[in-house]
Amino acid sequence: MRRWVELYRKLEEFNDEFMVSRWRSGLQREATQQQDALMAMLFLEALGVPNPTSYYSLELYPEFAEEFHRWHRRMGMNRFPESGFCC
Amino acid sequence: MPAIVVALAVFVAFFLGYRYYSKYLAERVYALDKDFVTPAREFEDGVDYVPTNKHILFGHHFTSVAGAAPIVGPAIAVFWGWLPALLWVTLGTIFASGAHDFGSIVVSARHRAQNMGTLTQSIINPRSRTLFLVIIFFLLTLVNAVFSIVIGTLFINNPGAVIPSAAVIPIAIVLGQVFYRLRMGIVVPTTIALVLLYAMIPVGQAFPVTVDPIANALGTDPLVVWVLLIFTYIWFAARLPVWVLLQPRDYINSYQLFVALGVIFLGVAVGFNTIEAPAIRTDLPEGSPFWFPFLFITIACGAISGFHSLVSSGTTSKQLANETDARYIGYMGSLGEGSLALASILACTAGLGAAAVWQENYADFATASAGGVGYFVEGVSTFVGNLGIPAGIGAIFISVVIITFAGTSLDTSVRLQRYVIQEIGQIIRVRLLARNLTLAATLAVLISIGLTLFPGGEVGEFAFGRLWRLFGTTNQLTAGLALTVIALWVFMRGRNPLAPIVPLVFLLTMTTWALFIQLGEFWQDDRLLFVIDAIIFVLALWLIVEAIAAFNRVRRQRRGEQAPAEER
Repeated sequence: MRRWVELYRKLEEFNDEFMVSRWRSGLQREATQQQDALMAMLFLEALGVPNPTSYYSLELYPEFAEEFHRWHRRMGMNRFPESGFCC
Repeated sequence: MPAIVVALAVFVAFFLGYRYYSKYLAERVYALDKDFVTPAREFEDGVDYVPTNKHILFGHHFTSVAGAAPIVGPAIAVFWGWLPALLWVTLGTIFASGAHDFGSIVVSARHRAQNMGTLTQSIINPRSRTLFLVIIFFLLTLVNAVFSIVIGTLFINNPGAVIPSAAVIPIAIVLGQVFYRLRMGIVVPTTIALVLLYAMIPVGQAFPVTVDPIANALGTDPLVVWVLLIFTYIWFAARLPVWVLLQPRDYINSYQLFVALGVIFLGVAVGFNTIEAPAIRTDLPEGSPFWFPFLFITIACGAISGFHSLVSSGTTSKQLANETDARYIGYMGSLGEGSLALASILACTAGLGAAAVWQENYADFATASAGGVGYFVEGVSTFVGNLGIPAGIGAIFISVVIITFAGTSLDTSVRLQRYVIQEIGQIIRVRLLARNLTLAATLAVLISIGLTLFPGGEVGEFAFGRLWRLFGTTNQLTAGLALTVIALWVFMRGRNPLAPIVPLVFLLTMTTWALFIQLGEFWQDDRLLFVIDAIIFVLALWLIVEAIAAFNRVRRQRRGEQAPAEER
């Protein structure tokens, strides 16, 4: 019985990889684009651009602080100028 | 002659090709090195560069290169008799497609997994990238035109296929949701999805769908209505995230392809149907194109197809775990596609019954072109019937397979064309075009609709055969570009480049010759296709000039390198 379970697991792993591997980079690209749009919406105020939604999204800042660093680097800003927030 | 004998002979030839010719390519031409660190290992990032199990990678490569095209081309080309088509498929697969697909993976892997566009720029010269972009633009537009007609024709001939083909969309969407949202393993959902899909076939048979009332109300051909509906769907589908529809549908299609190939060849083996069509047709109707050179552009996919180089260099090379896997993935992928073309030849020559039926179906080239896919469906339903499955169900089953394949090709093609149009926008400095994805997608769809509906005046009749031949020429030119890159790369390394050069010279000669003959044909009654043919003809000449110039440059470089060595 254990052998069958093991075999089934291998089949499932093979199948999952078959489903994902061809599309992995395309999916990642789409996910990154969506993430960038979300980050822009959340952090425009921090970059000095007035954003009417920032008051409502303020409590999400801690959740995205780690991603923020990766995002501003991705957008071409190697160091974030505001001290105490990032970098 | 019994179809099974022909099938076995071709499979033996494929086996020998893999055993000996691909070994020669691997050792003497591409000089594979098992210790070479592939880009997948060197730049492994878990996203673009991922060393992948060679069987999984083969599955992806094969299902990406095989589609509706290796079915349609041979189904038309048996017009000249089954032997020329069979020989071109067998020899083309072994000596041209094998070297081309295998070589594209190797050259790309040796250049940090760059795609074919970048490779043409770095190996031939920067100007060639523009040539590549223009050829790809025409290739994609023609793919959209011919596949939309193929789908529309199948919907009209088999109205029972409409419901199961449409059902693939919600089934694929649910499968994607189950996989990504519920994070479930996908074996059980896949099984349920396939069972559901096949359960929809009798439902489709019971409730056939036609657009005749709409067409009558608009005073147009039902095919025009289907083409417009298909492009409307494609415009929306191309805007959906990949994981929602395209990925799960492509995944289901992979299984459909393996099931279809298994069922067809099992039916051929069990039924012992004999080939009723003539080996070489001697009574060609007056005004028909002659098989030499038109056979070689009518069958592109299935013998050699430039589209494969885009898959090999864009995706496959980035996931190649070991360089030696390229032989199995690239060469075997070509053999898989050749098998699909073989299935098409057998279905259209042994599956249609008596010789008189074949004569009627292939009465002239226009009839053969318009009806080719339908004859394949009819032939396969005969093979499926050998397994005890009713012919009506078999016809819908294989129609659904072709429709879903052509649908995925269309979706991918329109997505790709958006990027090509944006890149052209960058070159000609039209910022709106370069930046606006919606505008690029709309343009891609509108240009394709125009090319589908305007030539010839009558959609799906004579225009389809002409569009198909033009599609074949752009496909072969893309292959020519890839073979030039491969041959130059081999030549630069001081190895014998004849393996890629022979198919390159053959393809460019046949394609240019066919384009030249078509200029005269199209000038008489189809000015739009004349203009397109003339542009592609110029592209072919441009490619020949670039290829000769690049070879001369490399030869001079090699002489320059040899001279000081001899002096020493």
